[in-house]
Amino acid sequence: MHIVDGALSGEVLAIGAALAVAGVGLGLKKMDYDHLPQVGVLSAAFFVASYIHLPLGFSSVHLILNGLIGLALGWAAFPALLVALILQAVFFGFGGFLVLGVNTLNIALPAVIMFYLCRKGITSPVPRNAMIWGFIGGAGAVALTTLFVAAALALSGEAFWLAAKLTLIAHIPVMLVEGFVTGAAVLLLRKVKPEFLQLSEDWFEQTPVSDSASRSVSAPDTVSKEARHG
Amino acid sequence: MPKSLEHSATSWKGQQLKHKPSLIDQLDPRLRVVTAALFAFFIVLSDQLSVLIIGLITAFALAILARLNLKRTLRRVIAMDLFIVGLLIMLPFTTPGTELFSIMGLSASQEGLLHAIMIGLKANASVLCLLSLIGTMNATLLGHTLAHLKVPDKLVHLLLFTVRYLDVIGQEFKRMRRAMQARAFVMGTNWHTWRSVGYLIGMLLVRSLERSERIMAAMKCRGFKGRFYLLDQMTLTRLDYQAAAVAALWFALLAGLSI
Repeated sequence: MHIVDGALSGEVLAIGAALAVAGVGLGLKKMDYDHLPQVGVLSAAFFVASYIHLPLGFSSVHLILNGLIGLALGWAAFPALLVALILQAVFFGFGGFLVLGVNTLNIALPAVIMFYLCRKGITSPVPRNAMIWGFIGGAGAVALTTLFVAAALALSGEAFWLAAKLTLIAHIPVMLVEGFVTGAAVLLLRKVKPEFLQLSEDWFEQTPVSDSASRSVSAPDTVSKEARHG
Repeated sequence: MPKSLEHSATSWKGQQLKHKPSLIDQLDPRLRVVTAALFAFFIVLSDQLSVLIIGLITAFALAILARLNLKRTLRRVIAMDLFIVGLLIMLPFTTPGTELFSIMGLSASQEGLLHAIMIGLKANASVLCLLSLIGTMNATLLGHTLAHLKVPDKLVHLLLFTVRYLDVIGQEFKRMRRAMQARAFVMGTNWHTWRSVGYLIGMLLVRSLERSERIMAAMKCRGFKGRFYLLDQMTLTRLDYQAAAVAALWFALLAGLSI
């Protein structure tokens, strides 16, 4: 997903950088110091995700997780992903320096879009629906990222059209895997630690349908938390 | 892409650095960051083949000067090259222009080939320069340097926290993966694998977050007021001025060649 330095035209680089700066600025504004550890954790998770390889037929794909990061962070996904990309570029040589803006935009904007699109869906009282919205969040974020990468290439010159199209096709299996994994992760997170997805801790009680099985999972959690604070 | 190359990311060892002390290490970090940034600008925005070749040679020289671990660096650079090689092979065939040769009725153009070579040169020069000038710093130093360069406070803090958690999350992930392996979990292309990995990631995030909350509470307990203090006073020494002068001359040369 990382575009390297030198492939894109100057205009695309400049526009990408300007939009990324705006996004990061907004993200920083919405993120307070108490939130920093959570954003840092997710930023590190994005980094770690790039070496979780899942087999797919004869080949393997690695996770991107920008959908999940978007669902958890909203606009703060911009600074989180920027930091991860800086570290990857500087220490591992993924991507480059001038494309940092475009790369951040390509990965973080889909995350933010999925946040607004699926936020309501993942709070659905029916676990299956929530999982489907999680799937849409994960698969959609990768799909949009691929589209943005293809668009950045295509805008840089007609010679890149073929490469752009191939990128799109090659990532369809990645979208599916990412969707399934994100769906499952959302299902777990909303039960075990709803505040991670920016849901209030008692969101389950506010919804009309509540099954006792899920309640019993969240109940010990709140008790232990009170005990710890006390 | 061969797996051995893709997995180069796992060699992250927290903040340990595996290279011998070098001249580059003695330079002021701020100078290194600014030089790397300027270098990227000059190289990426240039369209002269001569500038790009000089740039790549300079980047190689920097890598040797920084005494980078040769094997590891090459592995990373080759991994990146494999990443873009498909793009570069396509370019000569998709760019219209003077025909150079043709394979199976597809004609490769001279312009396309030149474009592909230029992208390859730019990408390699830029990455090598980043790895040797900034990649040799430890990550905390990079954070402090960015703070001294007036990067927003919150972003620097986020970087420092991320560096801290990289290690934590990486270790936690390995531990949970080992636990799954102990229970005979084998990854495959099926729903069971995806659900289990989804749960693994969810649980990884929950554990890491709770840990980070405990760390935050412990830090607050010790009087943490939401910011780190930058104790290192960075001052430019004589060596820095000399290096800056050399760099300035170099950039002037590149600029001269570009016109």
